[in-house]
This record gives sequence, C-alpha cells and structure tokens, in this order.
Amino acid sequence: MTALVEVKGLDKAFGGVHAVEGVSFAVEAGQVYSVIGPNGAGKTTLFNLITGLYVPTKGEVRLNGENTTKLEPNQLAERGMCRTFQQMQICMNMTAIENVMLGRHLQFKSSLFTTLFRLPALLRDEKTAYKRAADLMEYVGCGEYVGAEASAMSYGALKRLEIARALAAEPKVILLDEPAAGLNATETAALEDLIRKIADQGITVMLVEHDMKLVMGISDRLLVLNYGRVLAEGTPEEIRQNPDVIAAYLGG
Amino acid sequence: MLNRFMQSRLRGLVFLALILVIIPAFLSNSFQYGMVTQIAILAATVVGLNLLVGFAGQISLGHAGFFGLGAYFTGIATGTYGWPSVPALLVGAIMVGIIAWVVGRPILRLKGHYLSMATLAVGFIIAIILNNERALTGGPDGMPVPAFEVFGWELSSFARYSLFGLEIEGFEAWYIFASVILLVAVWFALNLIESPIGRALRSVHGSEVAASVVGVNTAKYKSLVFVISAIYASLMGSLYAHFLGFITPAVASFEFSILFITMVVLGGMGSTFGVILGAAVLTLLPQVLADFQELETVMFGLILMLTMIFMPKGLLPTLTAIVSKRMRKKAGGEA
Repeated sequence: MTALVEVKGLDKAFGGVHAVEGVSFAVEAGQVYSVIGPNGAGKTTLFNLITGLYVPTKGEVRLNGENTTKLEPNQLAERGMCRTFQQMQICMNMTAIENVMLGRHLQFKSSLFTTLFRLPALLRDEKTAYKRAADLMEYVGCGEYVGAEASAMSYGALKRLEIARALAAEPKVILLDEPAAGLNATETAALEDLIRKIADQGITVMLVEHDMKLVMGISDRLLVLNYGRVLAEGTPEEIRQNPDVIAAYLGG
Repeated sequence: MLNRFMQSRLRGLVFLALILVIIPAFLSNSFQYGMVTQIAILAATVVGLNLLVGFAGQISLGHAGFFGLGAYFTGIATGTYGWPSVPALLVGAIMVGIIAWVVGRPILRLKGHYLSMATLAVGFIIAIILNNERALTGGPDGMPVPAFEVFGWELSSFARYSLFGLEIEGFEAWYIFASVILLVAVWFALNLIESPIGRALRSVHGSEVAASVVGVNTAKYKSLVFVISAIYASLMGSLYAHFLGFITPAVASFEFSILFITMVVLGGMGSTFGVILGAAVLTLLPQVLADFQELETVMFGLILMLTMIFMPKGLLPTLTAIVSKRMRKKAGGEA
C-alpha cells in the first residue's frame, strides 16, 4: 500500500543554510506521526514544505501518491491536507464560529449570484455550516465561545479553535505545529485526549511537539531531526533506546 | 442564537431605510436635495470600496479612476452615441470590471505601500487618458451628459412628475431613486459579507496564511473583491454623471480617490453603515467650511490623520462603542 504522505530527499536552503537536508519518510494512513528535535532542527520548516508554504530546493512531497511538491496551500487543502500553526493564525476580525466556518470553505458551492441575492440555497448551506461549526467547537472543547468574538478568547481556547477550523475542512491528514506550546498540564492532558479522538476518527495526524510525555504516549511513529537531518525514525520504543537520540536530544 | 445570527444583519438596513424616509422632512429646496442625492451616490460607491479596503484589507488609492471610467462611459455612450442609459451603465460596468480584473491580477500580489502606489498609478493613468482624449471626452473642459432615461421616461432634476397622483419635483425623484440604489447597494454588500465568500474575503485580511491552508485561493478572492468594488464605482460613476448632467476629469482625479478612502477610514473600515456616515460628513463638510475652499485637500489629510490616531476604528464603530458602554454603565448603576 502507498503511504498517505511521502517525503523523499527533501531539501530547503535559505541562502547557504540548509534548514532541512535530505529528509525522507513516509506516513501511513491512520497513524499519529510526530516530528521531534531541538529548537532550530527544521521541524516547522519541514511542515511548511509539506503544506506548500515553502517550495523545496530539492526533493519531493507526495500526498496519496500524487506529487504535490509545487502546489499552493489551498490546492493541498482541496486534496485533504490541513494544518495549524505554532504562531497561531486566527482571523481576529471575525467571530470565533466564523473562523471555524471558514474551515468549511471548500464545502460551499454557492455562486456569487446566490450570495448577492441571499437565496435559500445559501441559507441552507449556512445553517448546516453553522451547526457543524458549533458541534466542532464543542468537540474540541471551546463550545462556550460559540457566540464570542475571536479576539475575546483565551490563548488555550484559540489553540483549540484553530484545530476546530482545520477539522472543519474535513481533512484526511491534519498537521499540528506545537499544539501544546504554552498550555498547562491540565490543558495538555485534554489536548492529548483530543488528538486521540481525532486519530480514532481515522484522520491521520502529524505532530511537531516539544512535550516528550505527550509525544511518546500518543505517537505510532516518530521522526527525530537534528540540524535539518534525520537522526532517527521509528516507534516510540525504538526512539527511546536509540543512542544517537539520547545523546543529541533526550540528554541521556 | 442561530436566529440572531441570521437576522441581525437586516436591522441596520431597516434603520437606514427609515433615515432615508425621514430626511426629506428636513429639506426645503432643490440644492439640499441635490446634496443628499450626491451623498447617497458617493455612499454607495464607498460601500463598494469598503468591501475591498475594510473587509479584505487591500488598499486602493485609485478608485476614482473606475468611478471616472463609469461616468465617462455613460457620458460618451448616451451623449455622443445616443445609447439608452441602462445598457450604457451596464456595459460600462462590465468593461470596468474586465479592466479591474486585468489590472488587479498582477498588482494585488503587492502588499501595503506597494499596493497603494500601484493603485495610485492606475488612477493617475485613467485620469490622464480622460484629460487627453479630447475628441472623446472633451478633455479638461468636460462634457455634458443627457438625463437618465428608461424606456423614454426621463429622470431630470428640473422636471416635474406625477406619481400615483402625487406631484413630485425632479430633484425629489432623483433623491428617491438614489436612496433606493443606496439601499440595494448596502443589501448586496451585507449579503456578500455574511456569506462563505465574505468570510473568505475577511480571512484574507485576518490571516492570509490561515485562509490559504483551509483552501481559500487568496489571489482569486482579492481579484474578485477588487472587481466587485470597481463595478460598484463604475455604476455609481454612471449615475453621478447623469445626476450632475456635466462631468470633468475631476471625477477620476487623485483628490477624488483620496476623498473615497477618507470616507471609508473616517466612517469606519469594515463598517458598512459607518462608511455611509463618512460619505455624509465629508460631502457636507466643504459646504460648512466654504470659506476655506483652498484648504480642502489639507483638511481631508488632517481628518484622515486624526481619525487614524484617535479613532482607528472610525466614527460609527467608535460612537457605537461609547453609547453601548454608557448604556451598560447606566444599567449597572440601576441594578
């Protein structure tokens, strides 16, 4: 079977600096796949390359067998890939639920004409989208903000809102960039439950995360990056016992 | 909650309609009717511009160019070639839409100051063309425009009409017509904003990256809103030409573009009803301050600056915030 996400010899240079160098790995559908490594190891750059925000210097990315290396983020979203950001990207000029409804952008089929005259077809679509978005906010655990402005929400709630927005796009694979950063222990535990719930739905999860406890407990496989190169790849058990990883990262 | 979400948008429209119905009670002559008609037409223009500036967060310092193109297309088509008004207005709007799309695709890749410069240049080029094509446009001297007419029925400020047995003056008829147009313009704008398309537009402002990763083709939506706002400008330019009966290249000038932007910023970027207030204030202000005519541009600049510094959200949103704060305080005090 072909992997859902396949990365081959990926290389990204900024000037003379190789942020990511010769990285290859494959993610099977339904896995929780984590990327770990010290600060500056190239984890976020790798995510940016996979999701089309950066164009790689060399190498290729395949999604479901299709070469998606040069596609724009919105084209990747059409193919079922969605993500969140370490530096949260929330539209503060919109309400909380509108942010989630934005995630359903690709499910809307209304024409400009339907929109300008606000025809019943649009209202039906909007009602469904509103209900679905409210359910999703409940699902990720920020249901109390359904009527709120995005700018009125707490940091932790916004992190969840961003996940809800990504889920609203009904992705096959969701990439979460440091979802636990800045969260306290209780919030992190809740996040772990949420990621499990998402994975149980059959959505493939890719994760960049610093919280070792979270990562080791939740991942099917891990990729360890160091200075832009792959240091190790394997199950949490293999990674925990890998001497290179212990030396470079876990601090043996 | 769902009901409120669906219906809140109509309150403002009803309120605006009421104001438009009440206004004539305070008007006593054709000059005053002319002023409010002009306000309505300019307000509809900036409601369109606000879609671009306030909601999608893209700047245009050249929108008077599209306004001027609409005005001149109508002037030339109806005046020189004898077209009926409505086809002229529609064909003009389609042409301006196409021009905006062709121009918009490349320049909307730019951001911030660079986009301002590019749109400024577009406005200048259009103004220069209108000034120089004397054979078509009459050059800086301007050109006369026939009255608006539909199926042989003419709408002129100087005529008298009898409507359902009611005698009305031409300037009153123009006011009614412009008010209806404004309401329709606002209705379309509100429908657009609160829709999937509107959310995509606002997300381009809020976070372009977020928009793109959920599948919004940001380049397409920027072009779309640029074209829509240009079409608004063109249609209103056409009506403005008919209403004034005479146009000069000043309608496409840099000063006019700045006036539009000032209306949006003063009234409140992203507030459809705010920018209407902005249009009213900035149309009436030169009348009140007629003695300082030479300083008009300076004053617009000053207003723009002061608004940016002291009420970045604009007149209407700031006022609404103050009023609701007062009311909450009062309610709290009584409790």
